[in-house]
Amino acid sequence: MATSAAASAPPPGRTRALLQNLRNGDEVARLITLVFASSILLVTFGLIYQLWITSALPRHKFGFGFLTSSMWNPVSGQFGALPFIYGTVVTSVVALLIAVPLGVGAAIFLSELAPPRVSSTFTFFIELLAAVPSVIYGLLAIFTLVPLMRDYVEPALKKPLGFLPVFSGPVFGFGYLTAGVILAIMTLPFIISISREALLEVPTEQREAALALGATRWESTWQAVVPYARLGIFGSIFLGLARALGETMAVTMVIGNDPSIHASLFAPGYTIAAVIANEFSEATGDLYLQSLVGLGLVLFLLTIVINAMARLLIIATTRRGSAHP
Amino acid sequence: MKKSSPWLGIMSGLAILLTVAQAKVLINAAGATFPYPIYGKWFEEFAKVDPDAQINYSSIGSGGGIRQFSEGTVDFGASDMPMTDEQLGKFKNKPLHFPTVLGGIVPTYNLPGVTQELKFTPEALAGIYLGKIKKWNDPELTKANAGVKLPDNEIVVVHRSEGSGTTFVFTDYLSKVSPEWKSKVGVNASVSWPAGLGGKGNEGVAGVVKQTPNSIGYVELIYVLQNKMAYGSLRNAAGVFLKADLDSVTEAAASAAKTMPADFRVSITNAPGKKAYPISTFTYLLIPSKIDDPAKKKAIVAFVRWMLADGQKYAAGLAYAPLPNEVVAKEVKQIALIQ
Repeated sequence: MATSAAASAPPPGRTRALLQNLRNGDEVARLITLVFASSILLVTFGLIYQLWITSALPRHKFGFGFLTSSMWNPVSGQFGALPFIYGTVVTSVVALLIAVPLGVGAAIFLSELAPPRVSSTFTFFIELLAAVPSVIYGLLAIFTLVPLMRDYVEPALKKPLGFLPVFSGPVFGFGYLTAGVILAIMTLPFIISISREALLEVPTEQREAALALGATRWESTWQAVVPYARLGIFGSIFLGLARALGETMAVTMVIGNDPSIHASLFAPGYTIAAVIANEFSEATGDLYLQSLVGLGLVLFLLTIVINAMARLLIIATTRRGSAHP
Repeated sequence: MKKSSPWLGIMSGLAILLTVAQAKVLINAAGATFPYPIYGKWFEEFAKVDPDAQINYSSIGSGGGIRQFSEGTVDFGASDMPMTDEQLGKFKNKPLHFPTVLGGIVPTYNLPGVTQELKFTPEALAGIYLGKIKKWNDPELTKANAGVKLPDNEIVVVHRSEGSGTTFVFTDYLSKVSPEWKSKVGVNASVSWPAGLGGKGNEGVAGVVKQTPNSIGYVELIYVLQNKMAYGSLRNAAGVFLKADLDSVTEAAASAAKTMPADFRVSITNAPGKKAYPISTFTYLLIPSKIDDPAKKKAIVAFVRWMLADGQKYAAGLAYAPLPNEVVAKEVKQIALIQ
């Protein structure tokens, strides 16, 4: 109603137009939402600034060596981030390797193939999984996943594939692989639920057109529907990845917390978020404390780099020219 | 009149609340998590003795306690490890250490098929944590455990993953009994471990040990007592194999009392007494030597006095080892230094 009044009033000059807009609320709404939007930016930059200034000591002392050294010794005051970066990346990659095929497959089933009632029931339970606190996942992992991995999964992988360095060495049940599996379980609900939404939003014409051209149900899904929903599916994967990179409690309970680099996925490792949570409260001495803050900065940068790579990937696949802009 | 009567009630209620709040001395403290259960009990009981004093304690860890205490954000701190000379150097008036109770650290293990209780020599424990003793049937272990059939399996070593006072005391002990540990690893709340897996907290280490056959870990005595877990005995400095209990931990402090420095900043691991359990430790209150607010000073002094007398009686019930009389007497003298 208000907009129709504004449209009917003649524009008698800029100030009056502004007043008119203000009265209609448009300008006010614009200002308020602008403030909200910029406050997010402010928080992000405030965070980077704070991380940067409180990690000055290790930056000056170790320089780039902080990123490339694999020595983490609080007694002698030597701090290097490499084992933690490695652990964070490896566990996240393992998690995605498991969660992406499973999650996208489940989403395709729920949106395209399952009857609506089945689909909504499944989705309800899947979204319930997303609300479980991570410490609960961690406890479940210690008491059920770890023995399962130690007694069945890891020996089964080691037997035929033990000649590969990634599947060699002693089997503890605690290590990169178990952490990756628990992360996969935790990221699945995000991937499934957002991918499903994206697939549901594909217009029916897209499916009908493919079917009219003689495609089978699966061909229409795989070649017409999934590419159309590509952006949403990618979005869900990156949200899952962000969770995997930053997850703390569940990971620290099963990864073994050993700050060294191992080729084997069965070996214990460490992640950035886990070491910060473990050592922050008892860190004595400025260099130690600031090195932990420095790790926080590294995690932040890692997230930015991975997100940027994700954007590039989307741009690259979009240029190849398919159904969606 | 009718309308204003509830307001009158609220106002007079507020007035009473305000006067009560003014009379109460609010004291903030922060630090170690290990003694938190008994400190909570003490502050609750002390509030009955001295209703004017209210002590708030946040258990944020020893390192955090020292940090907040150094920055002056709390009235007193608490820590499982004494402050270093460097940390003390930042103070104009050197703060005082008051030991409150004692704790012990015990080796716990998971060896399927072995029902007898294992005995550990200091050399065996150091060797295992250095990663040099790799198998359960190593001569160093079989020598001390005659009659026990130890399996030919790899030892899975478990340690604390987060920085903790427990690790500080454990590594302090290993440094005393093994020169190689001292030079290679050293003493700290978290160290660069030569071997093993990390579990978070006592419950994390206990969980990993329970889940992993052929593993060994170290946890606080209070944790194994409360959870009724099996643990091994350890050879002390006098050459006696001892299983930790509250008495043998208190005895460690008693046997170290004669040579104890006046500021109590001392490690009592590997204490000389025959009945002394070797991995024992004080936990401390860190109290400023100069308290400007007279009401706060009065309350804190009264609390320390009460803690050393009546407070000690609550220790054993909560599975903490109480202070020996020799140490209590020394601490009572130190109270006079609070100005």
